[in-house]
Amino acid sequence: MIELSHYLIISGILFSIGVVGVLRRKNLLMLFFATEIMLNAANIAFAATSSYYGDLSGQMFAFFIIAVAASEVAVGLGLLIVLYKKQGTLDLDNLVAMKG
Amino acid sequence: MEQFAFYLFSVLTIGLFLVTVLSNNVLYAMTSLAAGMVIISGFFFILGADFLGVVQLIVYVGAVMALYSFGMMFFDATREIKEKNTNAYLVFFLGGMIALLLVVMFSAPIAGEGIVAMYPTPEGANNPQAVGLVLFTKYLVPFEVAAVMLLVAMIAGIILAGKKMDNSLTTKDENHEEEMTFSLKDVR
Amino acid sequence: MESLVYVALFAPLVGSLFAALFGMSPKNLITGIATSALLFISWMASVLLLIHVAGNGAVSTTLMDWIGAGDLLIQFGFQVDAVTAVMMVVVTTVSTVVHVYSIGYMDHDKGFNRFFSYLSAFVFSMMILVMSDNFAGLFIGWEGVGVCSWLLIGFWYHKEDVSTDINPSISPSWAANEAFIMNRIADLGMLVGIFLIYWNTGSLTYDIFFASIPTMDDGLLVAIAIALFIGAMGKSAQFPLHTWLADAMEGPTPVSALIHAATMVTAGVYLVIRANPLYSHEAVEGVSLFIACLGTFVAMFAATMALVNRDLKRIIAYSTLSQLGYMFAAAGLGAYWVALFHLAAHAFFKALLFLGAGNVMHAMHDELDIFKMGGLSKVMKWTYIYMGLASLALAGIFPLAGFYSKDTILEVAINEDTYLIWFALWVTAGLTAFYSFRQVFLTFGGNERYKELGHHPHEMPNYVLIAMAPLAILAVIFGFVFMDSFQSFTSTVLPVYEMSHATHKIAWVFIILTTLIALSGIFYAYKKYGVGLIRDEKVEGSFVYKLLSNQYYIPKFYDSMFTKPYAEISDMLWKKVDLKIVDAVVDAIAKFIYFSGDKSRAMQTGNLSHYLNWMAVGVLLLAVIVSLSAVLG
Repeated sequence: MIELSHYLIISGILFSIGVVGVLRRKNLLMLFFATEIMLNAANIAFAATSSYYGDLSGQMFAFFIIAVAASEVAVGLGLLIVLYKKQGTLDLDNLVAMKG
Repeated sequence: MEQFAFYLFSVLTIGLFLVTVLSNNVLYAMTSLAAGMVIISGFFFILGADFLGVVQLIVYVGAVMALYSFGMMFFDATREIKEKNTNAYLVFFLGGMIALLLVVMFSAPIAGEGIVAMYPTPEGANNPQAVGLVLFTKYLVPFEVAAVMLLVAMIAGIILAGKKMDNSLTTKDENHEEEMTFSLKDVR
Repeated sequence: MESLVYVALFAPLVGSLFAALFGMSPKNLITGIATSALLFISWMASVLLLIHVAGNGAVSTTLMDWIGAGDLLIQFGFQVDAVTAVMMVVVTTVSTVVHVYSIGYMDHDKGFNRFFSYLSAFVFSMMILVMSDNFAGLFIGWEGVGVCSWLLIGFWYHKEDVSTDINPSISPSWAANEAFIMNRIADLGMLVGIFLIYWNTGSLTYDIFFASIPTMDDGLLVAIAIALFIGAMGKSAQFPLHTWLADAMEGPTPVSALIHAATMVTAGVYLVIRANPLYSHEAVEGVSLFIACLGTFVAMFAATMALVNRDLKRIIAYSTLSQLGYMFAAAGLGAYWVALFHLAAHAFFKALLFLGAGNVMHAMHDELDIFKMGGLSKVMKWTYIYMGLASLALAGIFPLAGFYSKDTILEVAINEDTYLIWFALWVTAGLTAFYSFRQVFLTFGGNERYKELGHHPHEMPNYVLIAMAPLAILAVIFGFVFMDSFQSFTSTVLPVYEMSHATHKIAWVFIILTTLIALSGIFYAYKKYGVGLIRDEKVEGSFVYKLLSNQYYIPKFYDSMFTKPYAEISDMLWKKVDLKIVDAVVDAIAKFIYFSGDKSRAMQTGNLSHYLNWMAVGVLLLAVIVSLSAVLG
């Protein structure tokens, strides 16, 4: 029998993969991908809890997360394009404009 | 059967997402991400959240991934990404620890069994019906707000990636204002 | 009558504020005239009050509640009884004369307006001091005159600070600070006394305190008496807090006349007289006797210092000190009205003496060494007459004011069977006569030594000389005209002091004795200095002469005993504690912040990825803290 904790653990693993991606990668596009992974990990946790407790709130939150993710991608990609046109690169190591 | 599906999906998502995170090729990364999204919708189906699974497929695999692919056209997709990655041990440690702590924190109340359903699944309704009932009664206002947000995001995306936007947005130069209005006109 | 009280009190304040408006502007004659006129009004109000008090008894009034906190209620209350009325008239008389005099004396001074502002502020403070009906108001006036004295001694603050080693005439700012600090020491005692009174009676009003004296503990009364007398010692420059008075002569001469001869320094005597129910209580007899002994000692001690001094103003300052000793001797022996009488008489003739000295200084271009004067009587006839009269009064020659007051003090000493005190005071009377006439003869008589130094002395303007006339008249007639009425007038407030029958019988013997020693002092001074200055190397080289001219080495003793160790300790604390501990700690904090900032600056690479890593560290820490607090809490 698959228990709730299994889902939470898989969610945690996926989330950590996302965090690793965010921390490790230097390409902004890859950072976006990693963010999507983290959001999806959270979605799994929400859906699982919702299902196991018979409460639809979790699914509602998952919906909203998907909506937020979609808008984020729309705006974010637009920004990335502008940035790429302006700087010719998406590598964070090359986008150092505020060195203290 | 359910167990088999769960473990299969788990292994597949972890593997695909690892490819996404570790691959140097944008195309590979994006493809594996899309595949991972599809499999996550599989989780939703196992959990009986049919509607959520469908939405996941449509929004993520359909819309978001399509956006990424279109976005990719602006970049050189086939080129290998060369980057100096941060110290891997530190990153894995941080990521692992944060995930572990989050899991512990969120599972603590579950272990305590102190959770009572606020909005129980309505009896005798299938999942999309139930979702609809809750979404349009209890969560109507957030739903509408989310709709407005999506609209705003759409407009923002169009403007940002618009045709005449190859001029700088940050440095103010002559005719800047004019160009802005022109671009808006063009879009319309 | 209340309105008269307020007129007398606030007229000087109005004058002071008015003059203060012109404080920073160049000399404006109107300030001098306005303040003098307002003081004249104050004087008239005081005289009217005196007449009213003589006819109808004391006037008391409350301006407003001042401090009300819990059980503490202190009112701005004023009480004009016989003692206060006498003090008010004395203060306003001398002040008015000094104000008019100052118009002439400060003629060329840049700080003309400022001077009058300070001077009137002083009179206002002095009025508060004498008119208040409680110790709190007295203390405010007490501090007020202290501040004004500080301002006025240091009036020429821009004069350079010269240490006493180089020049015996020290700088005004140093003298002002010395006076102020010495008074702080004494004021602490005064404050302790006031606190004790409040602590034990719950009120600071004189009447309530005096009424509760019989019920109070003996030890407590002695403690209060001692504490209050310490305050009086500071203000009246009694030994060992006397050094500031001579140094205070660095101030302008009118200030010396008003503050350091006639009024402020007598505040200590006033306090003892005012607190007579306390000091005449039998439990406090020891303290009173001590006051009398200390007064006698100071009278003689100061007179000896005046014998050899060459500084015109310092001689008068020491004689002031000596006369204050007489007053304390009388007050300590229980003859309060005699003390007050001597206070009033002394105020007149000593102010006259100082103003005369001011004339001489003005004529000699601030030269103070009497060895460099001589023969001035030819060019300064009126000043000579004034100073001669004042010196005669000081020496106690019949029928001038000083004769009556001083002779009565000597009689009191006989009456109390304190023959030692009598003897000391008697000798001092001779010394007084000698040093005052030594000064007069050296200044006005003999050969004209100033000519060698190229001075061209001139007499003061006429209005200044006329302004001094009231003081001269009072110095002459105050004794034989007012003595009896003074005694009966003050007897409404002060205990009646009657000489015993035996004393009455033999009084004439002592009068003759006193007059004889005074006359012999004058005669000896004439013999020695009347014809001219003959310096005797042998005398000047002798130990006693050196001891006296160095003021018994007390200033040097204080310097090496208190000032220098204090400076050394301060220096050590500054170098060891302040620099090495306090400053070092502060510097270390600053350095740590600089260091940590410098090191953490490396975090600001501008690279978003690094920021993300740091953010993750932060999130991790936050999560750890949250989970730990959840587990522990």
